[in-house]
Amino acid sequence: MIPAPAFLSNPERFMAFSRWAAPLLGLIATGLAVAGLWLGFAAPEDYQQGDTVRVMFIHVPAAWMGMFVYVCLGGASFLALVFRHALADAAALAAAPLGAAFTALALITGSLWGRPMWGTWWVWDARLTSVLVMFLFYLAYMALRGALDDEAKAARAGAILALVGLVNLPVVHFSVNWWNTLHQGATVMAKGGPKMAAVFLTPLLLMGLAYMAAFGALWLVRIRGEVWRRRAEAALSRLARA
Amino acid sequence: MLDFDTGKYAVYVWPAYGVTLLVFVVMIAASLNHSRRWRRRAEELKAGPERDAAE
Repeated sequence: MIPAPAFLSNPERFMAFSRWAAPLLGLIATGLAVAGLWLGFAAPEDYQQGDTVRVMFIHVPAAWMGMFVYVCLGGASFLALVFRHALADAAALAAAPLGAAFTALALITGSLWGRPMWGTWWVWDARLTSVLVMFLFYLAYMALRGALDDEAKAARAGAILALVGLVNLPVVHFSVNWWNTLHQGATVMAKGGPKMAAVFLTPLLLMGLAYMAAFGALWLVRIRGEVWRRRAEAALSRLARA
Repeated sequence: MLDFDTGKYAVYVWPAYGVTLLVFVVMIAASLNHSRRWRRRAEELKAGPERDAAE
């Protein structure tokens, strides 16, 4: 049996696989989101947060995805840098705007939750600041890729930058343990299990899975776009030579 | 029973959902447009020389 990354490293096989996998993941994401939102709005108010608890169902998955997509960006960049694999580079390039969008969502929805709960839109605590740094890494990666005309050089420089940014991920995750932050500590991935009632945990996990499936669908679509772009540019350079 | 009445927090809850919806719509539209645009371009470029050769 061929391992999944090796199977998908062939562009032809990837295009055949993603053609049906992307819409399937999109359908799964829609179903999970409908179920998650249904349960989220059927849940009672939280005794401390009141109705702002409903922001958690969209904020926390966005924050998870911001980190998860960065792991994908870093992993794909590593494969592109070490093995010079064109599809890995396409995957890295395709992941960045999606990761930036999820991180921006986490920052905006977090701010909309923070104002009524903390009394402030923003505070320079370790969690919020490290997430902002992650967002800036996404923007820097995209800016760097767009700034260099030589695609091979841009891919190499972008991959190095993406790998440097991986250092920030443990800071994002453990910031609430390492420093005294206004942001609450781990709730779902806490030691000894989730510190959250099932009535809130179930819609939160469903929404987390919905965001994950949505990312999977959109990532595949964007990688397909990158493959088409590279084919078009290869055809153009063949025509220019002829 | 669904409860869409978010009371005094409506001013925070609904903009959060609105921004989320907007970002998802933009992500989906941008990803599909990017893919379709380059697919069309690649197919045009591939069809050009084949057409010329056939003529």
